[in-house]
Amino acid sequence: MEFLRPATWDEALTLKAELPQAVPIAGGTDVMVELNFDRRRPPALLDLGGVAELGGWESDGAVVRLGASVPYTRIIEELSGPLPGLALAARTVGSPQIRNRGSVGGNLGAASPAGDSHPPLLAAGRGVQVEAASVRGTRLIPIDAFYLGVKRHALEPDELIRAVRIPVADGPQQFSKIGTRNAMVIAVCAFALALHPDDRTVGTGLGSAAPTPRRAVEAEEFLAGALAEGGLWESGGALDGAVARRFGELVAAAASPIDDVRGSAQYRRHALAVMARRTLAWCWAEYGERLERSAA
Amino acid sequence: MGAPGPRGVLRGEKNLEKITTDHPHGVGASAARPDGILKVRGEFAYSSDLWAEDMLWGTALRAPHARARIRSVDVSAALALPGVHAVLTHEDVPGRRTYGLEIEDQPVLAVDQVRYHGEPVAVVAADHPETARRAAAAIAVDYEVLEPICTEEQALDPARYGYVHAPAEYRGKAAGNVLHRQRVVSGGGVTDAVRARADVVVRGEYRVGMQDQAFLGPESGLAVPAEDGGVDLYVATQWLHVDRRQMAPVLGLPEEKVRISLAGVGGAFGGREDLSMQIHACLLAQRTGRPVKVVYGREESFFGHVHRHPATLRYEHGATRDGRLVYVDARIVLDGGAYASSSPAVVGNAASLGVGPYEVPHVSMEALALYTNNPPCGAMRGFGAVQACFAYESQLDRLAAALDMDPVELRQRNAVREGSLMPTGQRIDSPAPVAELLRRVKALPLPPAAGPDVRELPGALSNSTHGEGVVRGVGYAVGIKNVGFSEGFDDYSTARVRLEVIGGEPAAMVHTAAAEVGQGGVTVHGQIARTELGVERVTIHPADTGVGSAGSTSASRQTYMTGGAVRLACEAVREALFARGRARYGWTHDDLSLAGGKVVSAADGVLAGVAELLGGEYVEETRVYRHRPTQPLHPETGQGFGHVQYSFCAHRAVVDVDVELGLVRVVELAAAQDVGRAVNPSAVVGQIHGGSVQGLGLAVMEEIQVSEGKVRNPSFTDYLIPTILDTPPQPVDVLELADPHAPYGLRGAGEAPTLSSTPAVVSAIRAATGLTLDRVPVRPEHLTVQRPPTG
Repeated sequence: MEFLRPATWDEALTLKAELPQAVPIAGGTDVMVELNFDRRRPPALLDLGGVAELGGWESDGAVVRLGASVPYTRIIEELSGPLPGLALAARTVGSPQIRNRGSVGGNLGAASPAGDSHPPLLAAGRGVQVEAASVRGTRLIPIDAFYLGVKRHALEPDELIRAVRIPVADGPQQFSKIGTRNAMVIAVCAFALALHPDDRTVGTGLGSAAPTPRRAVEAEEFLAGALAEGGLWESGGALDGAVARRFGELVAAAASPIDDVRGSAQYRRHALAVMARRTLAWCWAEYGERLERSAA
Repeated sequence: MGAPGPRGVLRGEKNLEKITTDHPHGVGASAARPDGILKVRGEFAYSSDLWAEDMLWGTALRAPHARARIRSVDVSAALALPGVHAVLTHEDVPGRRTYGLEIEDQPVLAVDQVRYHGEPVAVVAADHPETARRAAAAIAVDYEVLEPICTEEQALDPARYGYVHAPAEYRGKAAGNVLHRQRVVSGGGVTDAVRARADVVVRGEYRVGMQDQAFLGPESGLAVPAEDGGVDLYVATQWLHVDRRQMAPVLGLPEEKVRISLAGVGGAFGGREDLSMQIHACLLAQRTGRPVKVVYGREESFFGHVHRHPATLRYEHGATRDGRLVYVDARIVLDGGAYASSSPAVVGNAASLGVGPYEVPHVSMEALALYTNNPPCGAMRGFGAVQACFAYESQLDRLAAALDMDPVELRQRNAVREGSLMPTGQRIDSPAPVAELLRRVKALPLPPAAGPDVRELPGALSNSTHGEGVVRGVGYAVGIKNVGFSEGFDDYSTARVRLEVIGGEPAAMVHTAAAEVGQGGVTVHGQIARTELGVERVTIHPADTGVGSAGSTSASRQTYMTGGAVRLACEAVREALFARGRARYGWTHDDLSLAGGKVVSAADGVLAGVAELLGGEYVEETRVYRHRPTQPLHPETGQGFGHVQYSFCAHRAVVDVDVELGLVRVVELAAAQDVGRAVNPSAVVGQIHGGSVQGLGLAVMEEIQVSEGKVRNPSFTDYLIPTILDTPPQPVDVLELADPHAPYGLRGAGEAPTLSSTPAVVSAIRAATGLTLDRVPVRPEHLTVQRPPTG
């Protein structure tokens, strides 16, 4: 197996174009597991550790451009304000050591349905885009179109992930995950919720609940509708319990979970409904507080 | 009795033995581990770090099926790979082709059939581990896959489902697919007349999943061919001499040509009692004439050692209205998997300890182990007593509910004490403070309610609750474990102790074959030498077969057994030294002792320095220590003086359960245990902490999931063990009520805490949820969508 260490982004793109089967590796928290278990034996690894610009992020106040290999630890420390959902998810990733190495770019590259960053990216709104680059140029893949199947994504063989563009949160965001222990656990299932008061929409993301991470579109529309109908975006008034319950049911219905060693399909649906109700309650309480603060 | 605390070691009033030498690093002191700093710094050499000039790497090809006939094995493609030095199948085994701890039923390499998923079929030696793995993958095995025998129903109906071991090849201790069976009947058994005396009857069927030892250091070792035709093996194991006994006939060598040295062991918990890579590495070394190293990866490790027996336990308890047990009628079925391993002894423990630490006038108990095509099961910390404890303690809770009685009160009312009769007819002849241990854990203050920080709530940083659905529960349990090898086994240990002068200072060298697996044997054996010989400098010689057997590092026995042997050898050294003094100086004192490197008379003070007495010479003595003999259990009634010593621990678990999501956080796990004498109090507390957490793991997460004989989660990604965030504060209350039969009055401490923590945690979850919960580990599904009935 070849081990390629480009020093620059251009060099990385050139190498990837020359050897499209080369597997990019940054923190190695996914790739090394696959290699150690002998699940794949690529002809080459493309180590992106030497490409400095992948490890940084920038923001214009509206959108955060998150470099592909910014580790979760830095997302927690530096981006909890603009990207609260992603930061909450980052806290649940692996162990401190894994969070020091793992990154959103790696999560996207692996495209596992269990990746913790997918649900908050899906929930953060339609503006979320994966910046895919190759020697042919750069294109922006909307997050909705990124996940194609179990561990399959929309990148072309010669493309690398440069960054993810994520709109700065315009409302409360939450992330919740089920694991059968209190740390270092792969999600049995996960749920992310984002309220978008600016355009009065709702964002959701489901993890470990289908072959790909996915949104619960019907649930989003139902909730946005219920909030609009009751004038609740303006009032921040109490949510009807029936709305929360229905929202939970629709989230559960959006899942296509399986039975596996981590949990049963039935449990996953149940837990998604519970997490949906709870995260909605937390987001709505926070939204109400924000309204009060801005009124005062 | 004093304030409990994490290090709250409380001295009992019944210390029979006074330690004469109050050595600051001797018996009773929390001496530091000699290997502690190396381990913390990551500098300790484990068996996986072994290296030899010119060595090859060995690996095994393992069966992908649980039950299959092998039509053919073609190794030619593997042998043709550059860098491959040997590919061996059963046809290349020079001696016996099977081995086993108690029953020799396990092939070194599969012979014409495989009986479990992961059974080794061939082994390869190559100059690089990756080459070895690729060569193994290139071996073509033609399997005829058969329907595996996986369940109790299938195993008990061989006419319909077949035999795991054909009758002509059966080597078990019963017949059919039953590997071993032990009944225990006392008080005339449980007759209709006995049943009629019970006012309240509770029944339950309990299940225990397959737990793994999950030691961190994978199976590994290095075999070096020797010029005399023998082999030197460096390996992480639990019992050097029993490895050798099994290996020599397979290798076609006399035992003295199989020399084994202990390499650094990264945990054991029973999982290293059976052979793993030992014979394979030696066969490859013999064939190639080169040193061969074998290191399992994590996945192979899950296939490379036995697990804790999954069990189905059916219990019926009858009691009077005032909460006195009248009878226990029980049947315990243990899944032994494909090979015997230590199943017979596990069955003996389950049967003889199966009613728990309670006085029960009438007992009818049957325990059996089955052969199946599931992974082989054998020794794991708690050894048959763990499964039984989950069942009988669940029953006691159920009985307390039926009687509307406090569950601790019910247990105390029926608890054994010194003088009680066990169902085997054995009278407990040393302290058995069961009621007191329960009283102590119950008297501890309860922890405060969880705060708003998610890290204190079920799910923790997963952020699944901010308090919604969280209900607290408290549960209690107590257990009984035997110490040392039972049922008439000739259990002994050997120690060689040398006293010499190094740099003008007396120094002792302790040489045993006891495997240090992390438990701290090297610490306490040194403490004993310091106390007995009054010296500061003690060196522990590396464990090897150059000295007699120490027996296994299991059954909570090494402080007792090898500690006993070290003490005997030290006494002999001391006497030899005094004899020199008598011969040289004409001493007539009968009040001599060793202290501070000097021979001291109680009446006349210092008589001579040890260095002066020894001159340039040394004194060396080897002694064998045996515990008092036990008896086999009667095959039909289970009667007999079966156990050397009993060990007791009680737990109180406090849990918070998110009842909507089925997530559990153990908030606190308090323990009280009698250890007779804490030879090293800090190590004792460590054992109680570690054992309790292993029991917590079984309660809420640890399980090897097997489906149709296939292991589904052979990795630490999906075989979950508690992390530090799952490990609650653990107040420990240590009693020291001396056992007059044991060295220093000590009581083996390593296993008892593993028993009762599981049922205590589950009891607390029941209290929080109102669910019956008959199975461990308890999974989130069991508390939510697949809820059992409440009750």
